[in-house]
Amino acid sequence: MSSSAAPDLSVSLWRGGTDGAYQTYAVPARANQTVLDVVTYVQRHLDPTLSYRFACRVGMCGSCAMTVNGRPRWTCRTHVTKVAKGGKLKIGPLANLPVIKDLAADLRPFFEKWQGAKGVFAPSKTRHDPIEEIRPDTPARQAADAGVECINCAVCYAACDTVRWNDDYLGPAALNRAWTLVNDERDAGNRDRLGTVAAAGGCHSCHSHQTCQEHCPQGLNPTLAIAGLKRATVQAYLKGEIKG
Amino acid sequence: MNLRLYLWQRGTAALMAPLLLVHLAVIFYATRQGLTAADILARTRGSFAWALFYGAFVAAAAIHASIGLRTILAEWGRLRGRALDAASVAFGALLLILGLRAVAAVVLP
Repeated sequence: MSSSAAPDLSVSLWRGGTDGAYQTYAVPARANQTVLDVVTYVQRHLDPTLSYRFACRVGMCGSCAMTVNGRPRWTCRTHVTKVAKGGKLKIGPLANLPVIKDLAADLRPFFEKWQGAKGVFAPSKTRHDPIEEIRPDTPARQAADAGVECINCAVCYAACDTVRWNDDYLGPAALNRAWTLVNDERDAGNRDRLGTVAAAGGCHSCHSHQTCQEHCPQGLNPTLAIAGLKRATVQAYLKGEIKG
Repeated sequence: MNLRLYLWQRGTAALMAPLLLVHLAVIFYATRQGLTAADILARTRGSFAWALFYGAFVAAAAIHASIGLRTILAEWGRLRGRALDAASVAFGALLLILGLRAVAAVVLP
């Protein structure tokens, strides 16, 4: 519902590529308005050339993350009233990633690192084997479950100091994914995976600043997952299963 | 940082923790008892135990600090490859030389 008494929001949006600049728009303030609603209003009513990315609008797909007033957030689930300071919003593309145009960051490095951390399930059985029973109450399964709800929004990657400082660092999401697979008893790729995440740019590069945990919209704790990887890689190294 | 550097840094940190506590206790003891430099040297000169204690402390500190500095140079200084390794090894060697020189000054008879 429109609130006729409320003044317009002053919304600064990043326009252009890496060399772009912020441009300010006046957007009507409405009740229950999300940051994504604001961006969509600008594109539909003020400037149709504005580029941004979204899909589900309900916090499942992880497409719509942007930098909102200095913090990476999922914009579809972020209410304007929660983040607008004095009716002002400053919205840019996610940090630590190349800018394609306007609010759309290039997520290729993020997903390449996901692959680089061996974040792909390595099956241990064939379709001819019986389906394995997975008990939900084992410590390993509970550790996997704690990190498995990642929606790949790259908010943690954009928030991470180590990603900003170290181009080789795989980042919290990829390492969190690796940790869920390390704890998946059906997976057969752990020796290779632990060797990869123990190398330079892997889990031992994490400074445990916990910005990933602070910003994760799903409430996950990638720092805890990375700590688990640190322990698992040390144990594998001491057993001679991986090289240092 | 790779796994091997991580283990060296954590291992030296674990070693330094008790050494540091003893070192602090020694400082408090020396100041509370009003020991002079001559009193201290009388205790340390020719002492194999103090040579081993502070020699290990210096070696652990040199390794620990040079690995830490290596990370800082890589992340904030954008150093890479051989330049990074050379700078951190040189810093570690400097700490080792300065530290062992100080240890020698108080333990050699």
